[in-house]
Amino acid sequence: MDSTLALQLLIQGILLGGLYGLIALGLSLIFGVMGVINFAHGQMMVIGMYISYWIFVLLGVEPYLSLIIVSAAIFVLGYVIQSSVVNRILDYPEAMQVLPLVAIGIILENTALLLWGPDHRSPHTAFSLDTIWLGGAMIDVSRLIAFSFAIIITFAIFIFLKKSHMGKRIRAAADNRMAATLVGINVSRINNFSFGLGAATTGAAGALLLPLMPLSPSLGHDFTLTAFIVVILGGMGNLVGALVGGLILGVAESMSTLFLPATLKQVVSFGILVVIMLFRPQGLLGGKK
Amino acid sequence: MTRLNIFLAIILSILLLLPLFLEKYVLGIFVMIFFYAYLGQSWNILTGYTGHISLGHALYVGVGAYTSTYLAQNYGLSPWIGMLVGGVFAVAIALFLGYLGFRFGLRGVYFVILTIAFAEITRLIVSHVEALGSFSGIFLDFKPSFWNFQFRGNVPYYYIALGFMVFSIIVVRILEVSRAGRFMVAIREDEEAAQALGVNAFKYNMIAIALSAFMTSLAGTFYANYVFYLHPDTLFGMALSIELILRPIIGGLGTILGPVLGSFILTPLSEISRAYFTKGGFEGLHLILYGVIAVLVVLFMPKGIIYYVKRWLNPMLKLDKKTLVYRGNKKGAEAKS
Amino acid sequence: MSILKVTALNKRFGGLTAISELSFELGQGKILGLIGPNGAGKTSLFNCLSGFHAPDSGEMMFSGKSLAGMQPYQVCQAGLARTFQIVKPFLTISVLDNVMVGALTRETSIKKAREASMEIIQWAGLGPMAHKEAEGLPLPLRKRLEMARALATRPKLLLLDEVMAGLNPTEVSEIIGLIREVNQKGVSILLIEHVMQGIMALSERVLAINYGSRIAEGTPAEVVKDEKVIEAYLGKEFLNAQS
Repeated sequence: MDSTLALQLLIQGILLGGLYGLIALGLSLIFGVMGVINFAHGQMMVIGMYISYWIFVLLGVEPYLSLIIVSAAIFVLGYVIQSSVVNRILDYPEAMQVLPLVAIGIILENTALLLWGPDHRSPHTAFSLDTIWLGGAMIDVSRLIAFSFAIIITFAIFIFLKKSHMGKRIRAAADNRMAATLVGINVSRINNFSFGLGAATTGAAGALLLPLMPLSPSLGHDFTLTAFIVVILGGMGNLVGALVGGLILGVAESMSTLFLPATLKQVVSFGILVVIMLFRPQGLLGGKK
Repeated sequence: MTRLNIFLAIILSILLLLPLFLEKYVLGIFVMIFFYAYLGQSWNILTGYTGHISLGHALYVGVGAYTSTYLAQNYGLSPWIGMLVGGVFAVAIALFLGYLGFRFGLRGVYFVILTIAFAEITRLIVSHVEALGSFSGIFLDFKPSFWNFQFRGNVPYYYIALGFMVFSIIVVRILEVSRAGRFMVAIREDEEAAQALGVNAFKYNMIAIALSAFMTSLAGTFYANYVFYLHPDTLFGMALSIELILRPIIGGLGTILGPVLGSFILTPLSEISRAYFTKGGFEGLHLILYGVIAVLVVLFMPKGIIYYVKRWLNPMLKLDKKTLVYRGNKKGAEAKS
Repeated sequence: MSILKVTALNKRFGGLTAISELSFELGQGKILGLIGPNGAGKTSLFNCLSGFHAPDSGEMMFSGKSLAGMQPYQVCQAGLARTFQIVKPFLTISVLDNVMVGALTRETSIKKAREASMEIIQWAGLGPMAHKEAEGLPLPLRKRLEMARALATRPKLLLLDEVMAGLNPTEVSEIIGLIREVNQKGVSILLIEHVMQGIMALSERVLAINYGSRIAEGTPAEVVKDEKVIEAYLGKEFLNAQS
């Protein structure tokens, strides 16, 4: 086994893992507050990718700079989805909760398909082709930047939830919906905000992902599943767990290419998923059911 | 004969006679209606009755399709028999999945994700197996004969698909009023309470998933010999899994005729809108339509369309509207009091 | 002969002791009342007996057979049925269908199960709503349904968990009558109750527990006056104020 290759894969895995963590963070937040699994999560990310793509192509603004706008746009998308659809299905039995979000995912994916066609797009943003050398390993600069932003955003969200007034209200609603209502928290609005926030983080991840992989409408599905795996790995509703789970999964997927063809690396991810679900369903760091 | 049974018999008679009047393209739509009704009904056995949601049911379709095709192409085995072999494999996989899920207490979302994981893993593995066509898929030769489960024109497929659909309706009907079916419903409503009443939940969960998988896989063989092309992404993919759950949910989960109604409504809509929009170059619009309808139905008709149809037809057919499940005339009479 | 004999039962949940060295006996055909403040371990005891939780140690003998390691459905099939403190009706199906689930544990014939269920339903006063969805029932009737369902499994021992909670005095009297009738048919009963009227009216003996262990046992009159029992419910200060 070539040790520089292994090191390279390890680092690339960590870097991508940070991004996975960011995506999963949104999913975990949504689940933590509302108990709803966002089956459209990956598709929301893809919309974010498209928005940052068009901003780049039409206005020349780098994805890293348009991050805020993309996040805001997807925040609004999430807010609207929550207030119009998800808020009404919060008390439905699970089968009936799954379908609307799956359907929304389908709507988002096919809207992208309708508007922009099925072709893959790979914009040449700054750094998208650059690499640097880190201790003998070749690292994509764009991956490094994406990772850095992902970590920054993740911690920003942690701090927001912990310190800010809104953050506290969100955590209260997540803890106990009924009690939160009783102390005067407008849970409906908190739900809307939380879903928006969860969506925004995944949208941001999309912008960061744009330089890293070819964009097409069908990308969303795989990322939704990846986000699921990370969330279960780290613990449902556990935000630190999302980051940790993301890193672990990123590394596992990356390292698996040492002995498996790249197209099979998802089998590794799913294998990890099944093992965790059987033997530690609450996730490595523990989460809520 | 109860009024509902008469009503259904009339509809069945009409369906039996339709091929005399309809041309090939329209018959093809009916084949799809029956096909998806059957699939939805098979899925309904697991999710509608015991309440465990499977979002990876395409797995069993794929198992059925690939097994019978492989046996036919490599051993000349008739797909009619290959179909049953596929069924056995499907049951084996389902029991494995069920064991993992039910023994380890995976419920709700965890179970859903387990089913997705199984389907995806299988899809990825099959995509890498040469003997199963790998990434290019498998083409089936067209050698029409009854033995080969292949026919000219749509008419034979129409009747076979209709037969499958009727078969599934009968199975669910028998199940629903049977002891096993009642236990399954109890499990769906409250598994703990059911156990406290002496119901061996594990056993009945396993029966449900095995039966559901078996029936689903038979449709896979039908699909293979109707479409003549197999690809792991189509046959094991999420798209199919989603397609096959849409109709029962919209039609009415956990009811006998819900999946059928759902298919009669959604399938023509899907086929026609796809043809219409794709021709105009609006790729994907029909799926958006689909998604919107699904969301609207869940939001405004959560019990499924059949609930409202029953209420509307009740005066004419004297259905028992006090329970979600149609029970037959005797009970209907009692309920009136 | 005792139908139920519990010896030195222990159950802990993490650091919390739910049941501690609990021992008692229930005579065949008798009614034993089980009282204690909230969190005393009463429902945990039911959960252990009915197979939902495995005790850490101790014996539970039901008609001479050990209940250890049995799954809930096996416990029921062995003749021990229970109700739940927060009732768990099968909401979207009818009252009759609810009770039939219990009856089908004993009967494989749908027809016979239906007949047996209707009998119980009529007896429990639920006849008029036999075909109504359980979801439409108000709480007192749901409690009766819970009991009727458990009775359909033809138990030899019935564990009733706070069946009188939330009922008005008339409803309480009615249910007391029903429970008495059940007992007269030979069913032994272990009754968790906070509603003292029920305990006093039905129990031959009462067991009081707190923090998972027995604090008093005897006739209802004796237990109610027991110092430790009063202290458990009303606190030491009340007790001191009394003396």
